[in-house]
Amino acid sequence: MTARALRIARSQPAFMASLLMLAAVVFMAIFGSWLAPHDPFAINPTSVNQGSSAQHWLGTDEFGRDLLSRLLIGIQPTMLVAIGATAIAGIFGSLLGIAGAYGRAWLSFLIMRSVDIMLSFPPILLALLAVGFWESGVLSLAVVIGVLYIPHFARVAHSATLQVTRQEFMEAERAMGASVRRVVFTAILPNILSPLVVQATLTVAAAILLESGLSFLGLGIVPPEPSWGQMIGTARGYLAQNPMYVIWPSLLLALTVLAINVVGDRLRDILDPRLREE
Amino acid sequence: MLEVRNLSIAFGTSTGLKPAVCGIDFDIKPGEILGLVGESGSGKTITSLGVMGLLPPNAVVTGGEVLVDGVDMLKRSPAELRKLRGRHVSMIFQDPMASLDPIYTCGDQIVEAILLHEPIGKTAARKKALELLEKVRIPDPERTMRSYPHELSGGQCQRVMIAMAVSCKPRIIIADEPTTALDVTVQKQVLDLLRGLNQEVGAAILLITHDLGVIYEVADRVVVMYAGKKMEEATTQNLFANPKSDYAKALIDSMPALGCKHARLPVIERDAAGNVRSVRPEPCVRSARAGPVPEDANGVPLLELKDLCKSYWVKPSPLSAPVEMRAVDKVSFAIAPRTTLGLVGESGCGKTTLSRAVMRLSTPDSGQILFKGTDIAKLSESAMQPFRREIAMVFQNPYGSLNPRQTVADLVAAPMVIVGEGTSAERSKRVAYLLDAVGLPKAAASRYPHEFSGGQRQRIAVARALALKPSLVICDEAVSALDVSVQAQVLNLLKDLQLEFDLTYLFISHDLSVVEHVSDTVAVMQKGRIVEYGPADDIFAAPKDAYTRMLLDAVPIIGVDRAARRAQ
Amino acid sequence: MNASIAGALLLIGRKLLTAFAQLLVVATLIFSVMYIMPGDPVLLLLGAESNPSPEAVASMRSQLGLDQLVLSQYFTWLWNALHLDFGNSLTNGYPVSSYVLANLPRTLELAFAAIIIATLIGVPLGIAAALKRGSMRDTVLTSIATIGISVPVYILGTLLVLIFSIKLGWLPASGYTDISRNLVEHFRKLALPALALGFGLAASIARMTRSSMLEILGRDFVRALRAKGMPERRIIWQHVLRNAAIPIVTIIGLQLGNLMGGTVLVEAMFNWPGLSTLLVGAVSARNYPLVQGAMLAIAALFIVINLAVELFYSLLDPRIRRKRS
Repeated sequence: MTARALRIARSQPAFMASLLMLAAVVFMAIFGSWLAPHDPFAINPTSVNQGSSAQHWLGTDEFGRDLLSRLLIGIQPTMLVAIGATAIAGIFGSLLGIAGAYGRAWLSFLIMRSVDIMLSFPPILLALLAVGFWESGVLSLAVVIGVLYIPHFARVAHSATLQVTRQEFMEAERAMGASVRRVVFTAILPNILSPLVVQATLTVAAAILLESGLSFLGLGIVPPEPSWGQMIGTARGYLAQNPMYVIWPSLLLALTVLAINVVGDRLRDILDPRLREE
Repeated sequence: MLEVRNLSIAFGTSTGLKPAVCGIDFDIKPGEILGLVGESGSGKTITSLGVMGLLPPNAVVTGGEVLVDGVDMLKRSPAELRKLRGRHVSMIFQDPMASLDPIYTCGDQIVEAILLHEPIGKTAARKKALELLEKVRIPDPERTMRSYPHELSGGQCQRVMIAMAVSCKPRIIIADEPTTALDVTVQKQVLDLLRGLNQEVGAAILLITHDLGVIYEVADRVVVMYAGKKMEEATTQNLFANPKSDYAKALIDSMPALGCKHARLPVIERDAAGNVRSVRPEPCVRSARAGPVPEDANGVPLLELKDLCKSYWVKPSPLSAPVEMRAVDKVSFAIAPRTTLGLVGESGCGKTTLSRAVMRLSTPDSGQILFKGTDIAKLSESAMQPFRREIAMVFQNPYGSLNPRQTVADLVAAPMVIVGEGTSAERSKRVAYLLDAVGLPKAAASRYPHEFSGGQRQRIAVARALALKPSLVICDEAVSALDVSVQAQVLNLLKDLQLEFDLTYLFISHDLSVVEHVSDTVAVMQKGRIVEYGPADDIFAAPKDAYTRMLLDAVPIIGVDRAARRAQ
Repeated sequence: MNASIAGALLLIGRKLLTAFAQLLVVATLIFSVMYIMPGDPVLLLLGAESNPSPEAVASMRSQLGLDQLVLSQYFTWLWNALHLDFGNSLTNGYPVSSYVLANLPRTLELAFAAIIIATLIGVPLGIAAALKRGSMRDTVLTSIATIGISVPVYILGTLLVLIFSIKLGWLPASGYTDISRNLVEHFRKLALPALALGFGLAASIARMTRSSMLEILGRDFVRALRAKGMPERRIIWQHVLRNAAIPIVTIIGLQLGNLMGGTVLVEAMFNWPGLSTLLVGAVSARNYPLVQGAMLAIAALFIVINLAVELFYSLLDPRIRRKRS
C-alpha cells in the first residue's frame, strides 16, 4: 500500500502538489491567527491600499489592514463552512439516497421526487434566499449549504445503491434472512463508499465556491471578520488603485479549489472499481 | 491462406511486458473450419485480435508474422490493413447486441458494411442486405431491416452480425465465442448456419471457443491453447479419439458429456514444473466425522412443490392493458432427501423465478411449497426465519454473489451471525472446518474475495451455504460461469459434500450434460411449465417430450466413439 | 410502426404531466415558504417604526387578502399565477408580472449567450482530448479544463474586467443598455458577463464531452466497426459522435437550465438586470409578491428547459423512443 502510494506520488506531480496545497490550506485554517505577522483587524488610515512593501508583504486593504494577515485568517470560516456543510450533506444525503434505492416503492418515490424538486433550483439561489431572510454566520451558512447539497449526495448514493442492489450478494443476504440494518451497513454502505468519497470532495469544493460567492455578494461572512470571497468582493471596488488586492485572494481561492478538484479526479480514478480490478 | 507463424503478443504493464501469447503457429486452408480452443486466460481471443490488427492499445506484438495469402499483415500500414478487414477477413463477436451500433437500424448497418467494400448503389446494397438476411434465415427479414438492435433477440443479432460478416464474401471469418451468449437450441442453429455458409461462400473460419462440444460439432481441425502456448494441433477426429498432449487429454476428460456418467469427473492438475495432467479423484467415502446415515423419514420428500404459480404483469405495447405472463405455471415436483433434482431449461423459461420463489425471495401467487411437510409458500418473513437455516443457496456468478468488502471469514460466518448462532470463537472454528471441507487453505479466511479465482470463489459460496447445516441447497446455475476444468472440480466437490453433509440439491442449469452428470431426478422446464419429469436415466435414455428431445439434439455431442472409449 | 408512434406520444404526454406536477409542487412550496419566512409584510409595508394603528394594519391586511383562510389565499394565488398575475409589488404597487416579464428575456439572453460560447469552446476541445487519450494534447486540455472548473465565475469576471475594461478599455465594466436604444452598446455590455459565464461552463462541458466520448469509444461496437474495415474518421464522425451526442446534448441542456438562477453572481457583479437581480433586490426589501413571482419564473424556466431536454433526448435515442416491452 505504501509502495503503491509512493509510486502514485512520483508519477503524479499535479496530485502531489495538490495534496501539499491542501495540507497548507488546512494548516492555515488551524494556525492562521498565530502565523499572522500583524493584527488583521488593525486599521491604519495612513497606509491605505498600498502595494507590497517590507512591512506589508502583500500590501494593505482599503482600511490599511495587512492583507497577508487577513488572508491567513480568512480561510478558517470558509473551511469550517465547507467541512460542516459536507458532513451534513454527506450523512443525510447518503441515508436518503440509500433509502430511495433500497426502501419501499412509496418511500423511494417520495424521496427521489423531492430530490428532483430541490434540484430544480440552483443552490446559490436558495442559499441567497435563506441568508437573505435569516442572519448569516459560519453555523447558519454550513447548515444552509449542507441542506442544499443533500439532494446531490442523495442522487449519487441512490444510483450507487441501485447498482449494488442488482448484484447477487444482495440476493444472498436476503436468502440468509439478513435484517435491513445488516444489509444497509455491511452490504450497501461499504460498497458505495467510493462514489460517496468522491462526491464529498466535490461538495467541499462546491461549498467553498458557494460560501465565497455569498461572501463576495456581501451576504456571507460578516465584516470585519475576513473571508477570501468577501475580500475579492471588496477588492473589486479598488481594481484601478490596487489590482494586487484582488489578485491575492483570487489566486489562493482558485488554487485551493483546483487542488480539491485534482485530488477528487485522482480519487475517482483510484477508487473506480473498473480500474482497480486490473 | 492464413498462416500464423510464431506469433507472440505481450501486455505492457507497469512492471514490464507480460506475455499473453507465446509463439503460436497455425494455418487455415480455404474452406476449412479451424477451432481454437482454450480456457479463459489462455490467450485465444488476444490471438484473434492480433490477427485482425485490432489489439488493445496496451498490447504489443513481440514477434512472429501473420500471413494472409503470403503477405504479412503485421507489416502493413493501418490503411492497408483496414482495406483487408471486412473484405478479406471479417469477424463475429461474442456479444452480438453490444457489437451493433444502438442508434442505427440493422438494415442501415448491413448496407453500410456492403458499401464500404463494394462499389454498388444504395438500392442495390439494400437489396443485397435483404438477401443476406434471408440467407442467414432470419424470420421476417423486411422487419429486421427496419429494427434497431435492442428490438431483436441475442440470436437474431448474431444472425445480423453474421450477415454483415459474410456480406463481402470474405476469405476468412474469425468467430470469437459466437454462441457463448446464446441458448443451446439457438446455438445449434447459429452453428449450422456458420457451417452452411462456410460451404456456400467457401470462406475459411477461425472458430474461437472454450466449448469443446462446439468444436466437435463444427471444426475440421483444432488448436488447443493453454496459458498462451499451443498445446496441440490435430484434426477434430484425432483430437477427440486420441489426444496426444496431456492438457488436451485432461480438458476432454474433465468435460461431463451426455451419455457417459461417472461418479467423479477427472480434474486437471498442474505440477511444480508447470506440466498438466488429468487426475480422476477417488470417490469420496463418507467420513467418520459425519456420523451415521440418517433414516429416511418414510419416503416423505424433503421438498415438494404443488401447482406452484407465479405471474408477472407485462404490457405488450405501451398502450395496451397489461397481460399476465406466467413465469411459473403450475409447477409440481418432489425431491427425496439426499438426492439431486436437476431442473433444466433455456433462458427465460422461468427457472430463476422458480428458485427465487422456493427460496422465498418472492411470494408465489398460488400453490404450495412443502418443506419437510410444512407449506412455506405464504409464510411471513419472520415465520420464514427458521426455514432460512434449512435452505441455502449457491448463486451463478462467483464474482457477484460475494460481498467484495467482507473477508472470507466474515462471508462464511454471515449466516451464523444473522441467526445469532454461537460465540465468535465457535463461529471461527466452524469457518475453519467449512473452509477445509470445501478444500480451501486456512489462510483464506483473512483474505478478500477478489484475491481468489472463479472456482475458489464458488467454493467460498458453497462453504457459506453450508454454515448452518442446511438440508436443502439450491444451486442456481452454480457452475455455468466456470471453465470446464474448474467446473469439474466444483461438481466433484458438490457430490462429496452431498455425501458428507446429507445434502439435498435442487440443481438448476441450462447445461444438459452437467445436469445429467449430477442428477438423480430431472425436470425439464419450458415457458414456465414442467414438460417432462422423471428419473434422470430414463429421461436421457428415452425422452418422451418433443421439447426435451429438441434440447438433447441441440447439445453438441462429443462422438459416440469417445463415449464408448470412456465406458471401458 | 403505429405502436411506436403511440408509444412516443404516450411518452411525451407522461413527461408533460410530470413537468406540470413538478411545477405545481414547486409553486406550492414557494407559496408556503413565504409563510415560514420571518417578518410580517404588512408591518414592513406600513413601516414598523411608525407604530401603525391596528385599524390601518387590519385594512391593509384585507386589502392584501391576508385576512382570508390560508387555503383560500393559496388557491387564489395559484389561480392568479396561472394567469401570470403574481399580485402587486409591495413597494410601489406595480404588477409583479411586468417586472418578471421585463427581466426574464434579459436572463435568457445572457444564459443563451453563455451556453453558446461554452458549447463552441467546450465540445470541440472535449472531442480533441478524447481522440488522443493519454497524449500531451489530452493532458494539456484536461488540465486547462480542470483549472476552468476551479476558478469561480466572479474571479474570472473580475479578471476580465481588470483586463478588458480597466487595462485595455475595450469593453464597459458593467451595466445594461436596451437593445432598442443602442444595438452595439447592448452587445458590448453583454460580452463580459457572457464570457465570464461561458468560460467556466466550457470547461465542464469539455470534461463531460471527453468522458462521454471515451465511454462510447470503449464500446464493443466500435471494435466491430473497425473489424468491418471502416475508416477511423468515419467511425468517429458517424458512429461515436452520434452516440456521444445524446449525453452531451443532455448535459448542455441541463447546464442551460441551471443558468436560469445560476447567473445570479454574474448579474450582480455586472449590474445585469435579470431575474436573479430582481430576486435579490426583492429578498432584501422583503417584497414577498415579487420574491414569489421571480422564484416561480426561475423554477418554471428550469422545468421547461429540462422538459425540452428530456423530450429531445428520448426522441434522439431509439432505445427510449421505441422501447420494447
